[in-house]
Amino acid sequence: MIFGIVIALVGMAALAWGFRFAGQAITGNTPRFRDMPFGVAYGYVLGVLLLAWLVWAYIQGRSADPLIANKFFFLRIAVEGFLIFAVAAWLFRLLGRSVGTAWSRKMFRSMPLTASFGILTILIYATFAIFAGLIAPYGQEQILPGVAANIVPGGDPALGGDPAFLFGTDQIGRDILSRLIYGAQNTVGIAFATTVLAFLLGGTFGFLAATLGGWLDQVLSRMVDVLMAIPSLIFALLLMTIASVWAPQLGIPLTVFMVVIIAVIDSTRVYRLARAVGQNIVVMDYIEAAKLRGEGLGYLVFKEILPNATAPLLAEFGLRFCFVFLTIAALSFLGVGIQPPLADWGTMVRDLGGFVNYAQFAPLAATAPLLAAGAIALLTVAVNFVVDWMLHRSSGLKE
Amino acid sequence: MSEEPLLKMRGVKLEGRSDETWNPIINGIDLTLMRGEVLGLIGESGAGKSTMGLAAMGYTRDGVRISDGSVEFDGIDLLKASAAVKRGLLGKRIAYVAQSAAASFNPAHKLMDQHVEGPVQHGVNGRGASEEDGIELYRKLRLPNPDQIGFRYPHQVSGGQLQRCMTAMAMSCRPDLIIFDEPTTALDVTTQIEVLASIRDIVEQFNTAAIYITHDLAVVAQMADRIKVLLKGDEVETADTATMLSAPTQEYTKSLWAVRSFERPLKPAVQTGSVPVVSVQKVDAAYGKVPVLHDVSFDMHAGRTVAVVGESGSGKSTTARCITGLLPPKAGQIMLDGEALPADYRKRSKDQLRQVQMIYQMADTALNPRMSIGQIIARPVQFYLGLTGAEKRKKVDRLLEQIELEPTEYYNRLPSELSGGQKQRIGIARALAAEPKFIICDEVTSALDQLVAEGILRLLARLQDELSLSYMFITHDLATVKAIADEVVVMKDGRVVEQGPKAEMFTPPHHAYTDLLLSSVPEMDPDWLTNLLAERGVDNIGDAAVDKM
Amino acid sequence: MGNVLTIIFQRLALGLLTLLIVSVVIFVAVNLLPGDFAQSILGQAATPEAVASIRRDLGLDQPMVTRYFDWLGGALRGDFGSSFARANFASFSGTNSGATTVAEQIAPLFANTMFLAMVTAAIAVPFAIILGILAALYRNSVFDRATNIFTLSSISSPEFFLAYILILFFAVLNPIFPSLSTIFDDMSFSERLEKSMLPALTLTLVVTAHMMRMTRAAIINLLASSYIEMARLKGLSPMRVIVIHALPNALAPIINVIALNLAYLITGVVVVEVVFVYPGIGQLFVDSVKIRDIPVVQACCLIFATAFILLNLTADIMSILSNPRLRHPK
Repeated sequence: MIFGIVIALVGMAALAWGFRFAGQAITGNTPRFRDMPFGVAYGYVLGVLLLAWLVWAYIQGRSADPLIANKFFFLRIAVEGFLIFAVAAWLFRLLGRSVGTAWSRKMFRSMPLTASFGILTILIYATFAIFAGLIAPYGQEQILPGVAANIVPGGDPALGGDPAFLFGTDQIGRDILSRLIYGAQNTVGIAFATTVLAFLLGGTFGFLAATLGGWLDQVLSRMVDVLMAIPSLIFALLLMTIASVWAPQLGIPLTVFMVVIIAVIDSTRVYRLARAVGQNIVVMDYIEAAKLRGEGLGYLVFKEILPNATAPLLAEFGLRFCFVFLTIAALSFLGVGIQPPLADWGTMVRDLGGFVNYAQFAPLAATAPLLAAGAIALLTVAVNFVVDWMLHRSSGLKE
Repeated sequence: MSEEPLLKMRGVKLEGRSDETWNPIINGIDLTLMRGEVLGLIGESGAGKSTMGLAAMGYTRDGVRISDGSVEFDGIDLLKASAAVKRGLLGKRIAYVAQSAAASFNPAHKLMDQHVEGPVQHGVNGRGASEEDGIELYRKLRLPNPDQIGFRYPHQVSGGQLQRCMTAMAMSCRPDLIIFDEPTTALDVTTQIEVLASIRDIVEQFNTAAIYITHDLAVVAQMADRIKVLLKGDEVETADTATMLSAPTQEYTKSLWAVRSFERPLKPAVQTGSVPVVSVQKVDAAYGKVPVLHDVSFDMHAGRTVAVVGESGSGKSTTARCITGLLPPKAGQIMLDGEALPADYRKRSKDQLRQVQMIYQMADTALNPRMSIGQIIARPVQFYLGLTGAEKRKKVDRLLEQIELEPTEYYNRLPSELSGGQKQRIGIARALAAEPKFIICDEVTSALDQLVAEGILRLLARLQDELSLSYMFITHDLATVKAIADEVVVMKDGRVVEQGPKAEMFTPPHHAYTDLLLSSVPEMDPDWLTNLLAERGVDNIGDAAVDKM
Repeated sequence: MGNVLTIIFQRLALGLLTLLIVSVVIFVAVNLLPGDFAQSILGQAATPEAVASIRRDLGLDQPMVTRYFDWLGGALRGDFGSSFARANFASFSGTNSGATTVAEQIAPLFANTMFLAMVTAAIAVPFAIILGILAALYRNSVFDRATNIFTLSSISSPEFFLAYILILFFAVLNPIFPSLSTIFDDMSFSERLEKSMLPALTLTLVVTAHMMRMTRAAIINLLASSYIEMARLKGLSPMRVIVIHALPNALAPIINVIALNLAYLITGVVVVEVVFVYPGIGQLFVDSVKIRDIPVVQACCLIFATAFILLNLTADIMSILSNPRLRHPK
């Protein structure tokens, strides 16, 4: 084993040397190859080998032998999914460049593929979340009589699927596809509401602290320091324990408590950013000019500070949303987040996660939990790509 | 001429990357430098002179590329040479002195360790010999305590001294060529002079060729044998220093020279007994517990300009903060039209606030980037004068006309769509919109190029005559003082050192500090530095002279 | 040096103070619970005597301030009281055997979690730092863009998604590692390592991504500074520029990045331990949250918070120590 690795490493080194030498010879010693460090040549070889393996694995995944094909089934799906998304993003960007206002067209022109993929994905999620009731074939809580757990997707009876349920049904006979679609409404909707609440709280206090300064700033900042000294998921779990006792006594759904708890915990991070952004703006001369003019606090915050803080705040909103979304998913996965019978992706992963182990015999069995978890990942990836692009753009403008 | 030039740049084109495209910075410039010759490269900001200087070393920063032309150093083509060959030249035969010494020294290593790195790595000298040579160079550059200063960390040494240490570091391998990139721009005038003197001496002593990049004409006149003027990436003209100063051929060069001659006619003395618009009376101020101002008093009269002069840290801007009420003084008071103003601006009435307006140094940070020009100027009009609708628009249009900008064209623009000079004009219009009696101008021209700055000064002078405004003009630039002041107040370490009418202030005898400050301002005469050194003696310039007082 | 020592001392004092306040917050939060713990443990059918006895045993009849100081004093000596669930169990079975104190319950699990965290750190830290530096050196290259997409994706994925994918590929489709981390005290090191490989790899994926991005940003920031340009213009070799000029200044940000991410591990460990049924403190925490075993929840919270604060404090102090301006005052 170790011997094999050493052979492979030495072999790649030889390949890298050969690659650089060939490059120098063919291109007539251009600076690109002449000044190429050995490590970079090695990197190219490594990258090419990796790509070759991926192609090989993909072909294996299409093999006629079901034993081999099953082994590489998910890799095949991943490669195909990646290509489909890339093409979709490319087409979407092409569309964005040709229709819309001059401003939006200009934006799409300088947009990387990752960002257009992000925007497209967010739009799709938003559509599903808003029109979940119209799109989903069954209700989210509807237990279909006489339907046993059947997690085989595809609806192909030959493989054991049921054509009435495209993604199968869960242990107590609910349609998985419908629950996935409603999950968009519940999980995303609740996370969005929580983020908005966190922003209202943290943003308001952050800007107040930055503008007024003095003791208010001191008190708020020290409070936030203490709250931030406790890891957020741990703190959320602790408070959820307490809330889970209060909720039935007060007759308020636990989910409402969760929204408030996570919003408060996350508002500390928003506060930090809003305060920092606010402070950067407050030291500007135009704020001093407005103060010396005798302007009131309202004018200062809403006319002078806020319009200049939108870009960083918008980016932060994206990041916060991801964070909140992942926290809620984690809580639900642990069983203390969004409560049944509401359909929710984190809970679905917990309920269906065990099926991953059946993938050995039928790879399709692992689809349901992976779909739910993947739905969470895909949205956060999309938002992160968009935010990454926004941050890159705004830092580019500063330089 | 039989001698081969040391550096030969031919048709050099440089491009910078922004918004995903390559835009030209330098459009094909030739440059030739003989051994031992000093070439001054001057131009306004954005002329591409720093990029050009780095290109002379075959180096470009990230996002910049040499798209065409050739750079040949002593027969070696720097653009085609391999990375290893270039490394062998840089530091050893071509050295670089950057604008900010504080940022260009590695904070983690002692000065001497960084000094000897070049000679040791290039195999010019051993560590011990390099150290001895370093101390010798420090001595030649007249650094205080040359035996020990190298064993300090960069942050433990003052700015002017660091700049000389960097010059010593550049000299450590006795290069054939040094690129000086604005080495004195960040320094105060009294510090600048000793750096200039030592750079000139050492370059002469070792017969090193140099490219001296600066925007300051008077500085380049002291340093260079030949001057090349750049404008927006193009060469305007090149000539010997003497010729260039006495007989420039191009319109642009002539206009640069002419700026220095702008001077307002003297006004008659203030009538005794007239009430000053603003009077600063025995003001003491402190930031927290650190005292900044001590017993500062002076008066400002209607229709006149008081220039407050001093180096950084002298308390000029703090005085302005006391007058506006941002920093309530510990003692003393500010009088407006003979009445005491409340110390804190929050306690002042709207009318009192209206009377005192301010124009800022950095027009970029003084205008809200999210508001249109119209909104920016209209706000004080509405706030103070209560005008709305068409009346407000009419007033804003008139203000725009006053600052010589076409109202219909500029009303809806954003600050980012304006040039630096135009932004500064908007700042002036905003101050005027309040119809004040008194305006504080805080270094309003120091961030601007000379031609633009002159336009601003002329505008301010005209407005003063028309509206009988009183200006407090904060500046560190004595040329500006000469151009616009009626009275001068000299400050040092939070105290008023000397004050009086301009004519008096610019004729001896002076207070020793005023004298030092005045004589340290470079003049266009190429022999100015030589004469000054002869007059003061080499050990009596800059920090040394200040410390002796 | 005196200057630096004062600053460090101040930071330490501040950290201690924060910890104290955090302990108050945790204690008060738990005491916001309605009703009586003893009643809720034993259920409605319990006899008043049984309730009273448990109340006395758990010290619930004392005023809140007294209980706080008792709890804090105990916690400082490593005594977190006795677990409700175990106490309940013991009172029913009539025996007092087995681990009933929280400390006895937590100690072995805490060791397991530390083991997992250390394995993760041992893989993630070198990997992330090297990749981060490479991405910074070759920024905007294909390598940089690919790693950017990869790291963004793995940051964005919930831990359980990564965990299930790893299970799918490395336990189910290719049985290399076990999908359940059953760990016993008498296991050999290599056995332990094998059993905890998948949870460690999951955590590695998440932490590496964060650490790499932060390292990359720190190094890019550093490479843009004037003194690096100066070092290049002095004709020094690229290796020397990195090792002599960049590294001493990069140390502080990199140590900062490591400490912050180890702190991040604390949160990640909870979900991962649940997925792999890893017998660690995170698993215990989640179980106790579900059955509302208050002393255990409090203790776990305090341990997590302490680790978090200590790591942040380390980051803080390291960056002070490596700042030459503070190390060599004027």
